[in-house]
Amino acid sequence: MKKNDAKGLAIEVKGLRKAYGRTQVLRGMDLEVPWGQVLTILGPNGSGKTTLIKTLATLIRPDEGSVWVAGTDVRKRGNRARGFIGLVTHDPLLYDELTGYENLKFYARMFRLDSVEQRIETVTARMGMTDRLHQRAGTLSHGMKKRFSIARALLHDPLVLIMDEPESGLDQDALGLLENVIRDKSDPYRTVLMTTHNLERGIALSDRMAIISRGVISYEGKADSALAGEIRQRYSDLAGLSAGDGS
Amino acid sequence: MRDYLYTVMTILWKDVLLETRSKDIIVSVLVFALLVIVVFNFAITPTPQTVTLIAPGVLWIAFLFGGVLGLNRSFALEKDGGNIHGLMMAPVGRDVIFFGKMLGNFLFMMVVELLIFPVFAVMYNFSLLMPGLIPIAVLTTLAVATVGTVFSAMAVNTRSREVMLPVLFFPVVVPAIVAAVEASASVIQGDASFTRWLPFLVVFDAIFLVVSPVLFQFVIEE
Repeated sequence: MKKNDAKGLAIEVKGLRKAYGRTQVLRGMDLEVPWGQVLTILGPNGSGKTTLIKTLATLIRPDEGSVWVAGTDVRKRGNRARGFIGLVTHDPLLYDELTGYENLKFYARMFRLDSVEQRIETVTARMGMTDRLHQRAGTLSHGMKKRFSIARALLHDPLVLIMDEPESGLDQDALGLLENVIRDKSDPYRTVLMTTHNLERGIALSDRMAIISRGVISYEGKADSALAGEIRQRYSDLAGLSAGDGS
Repeated sequence: MRDYLYTVMTILWKDVLLETRSKDIIVSVLVFALLVIVVFNFAITPTPQTVTLIAPGVLWIAFLFGGVLGLNRSFALEKDGGNIHGLMMAPVGRDVIFFGKMLGNFLFMMVVELLIFPVFAVMYNFSLLMPGLIPIAVLTTLAVATVGTVFSAMAVNTRSREVMLPVLFFPVVVPAIVAAVEASASVIQGDASFTRWLPFLVVFDAIFLVVSPVLFQFVIEE
């Protein structure tokens, strides 16, 4: 799917609310990400970052509010929206008993992709995993699995890449490859939303930064190293406020 | 429709590939079902007078309890490592995932039944040639796999999933099991009246093949 299949903003969230039992995690969140931007979301543990990511990726149903990804309402047309999204989560989403190649082939089939062999070759080369392609996923280290996980997310060349702390478990070499993926401007419409706890990396890789606290976006601004001090100060203030708020 | 079937078969292909590597489901179900048949054989000491009354119940208890082990394992595999999220990220409806998983469960249970039945026939002194059991086995296994797939997806999110699955699943599937036991007893006794149970099993399957995929989407999304 390409940009002409999609409309509006890359990501548009309005009044998003989600609770787990009595615990309100997202409390009327609003967020807009234009096409082609990289947005990094910071937030203390339990601030709602992962819940936001899962909602955008159609893995959980919001209680209230609207969520649009690539111009598609994820509540009404989840199937279509998922075709635009590449997701990297904390879990590698790989079957341990299958090889990296078999895992990627499985996901390629689930997305009904053509030129499967070529796509697998391309994404694994991009993540430096060509020589591990026929090794069982269960025998790979956490970092290697993470590389395959990123390769899996790129397999269908998604317009919107959503990544939850993608750098966790990666070595310096893999971090460089990840940065190349995030900064890749070969598709001017490729939009990235990622969460991280690493402020410096977030600023270096992003066009904009946002901070989630108490289930809403509490700060949003340009990712500029000159503003690092201000962002850090705000993050520290908000982290103090929202510790232990939600999931 | 072609794309739909292709994706369902892709999930089935993945489950078969995983099972050929790990053999977790087939081996555990097979061993459990064999144990049930052997233990009952020693406990009851079947005679020509009692065997036709007892054997169908033993057979379906073995399949059902063994099936629960397989169903538990089937979704635990998706839950561990968060793989279910990988399936859910595919641009297909949740019903596609349901049918893919259900077909895998159905296939593994049928394989176990094919392996178990000769042992059962020898131990309880029945003929292996009872074609009447084939439609009963297929329809009942379909019922168990259909209902079981929804409940195993539900139970896997609970803390004590091994306990929760039978507690949720057995009350719903009992009518199909009762029909299977009654129909199997008729077949073993050489009575052609087993066919009157088949429409019941067909209707049971039809209802749950419609209802289960709908329930499934609410079960797997948080």
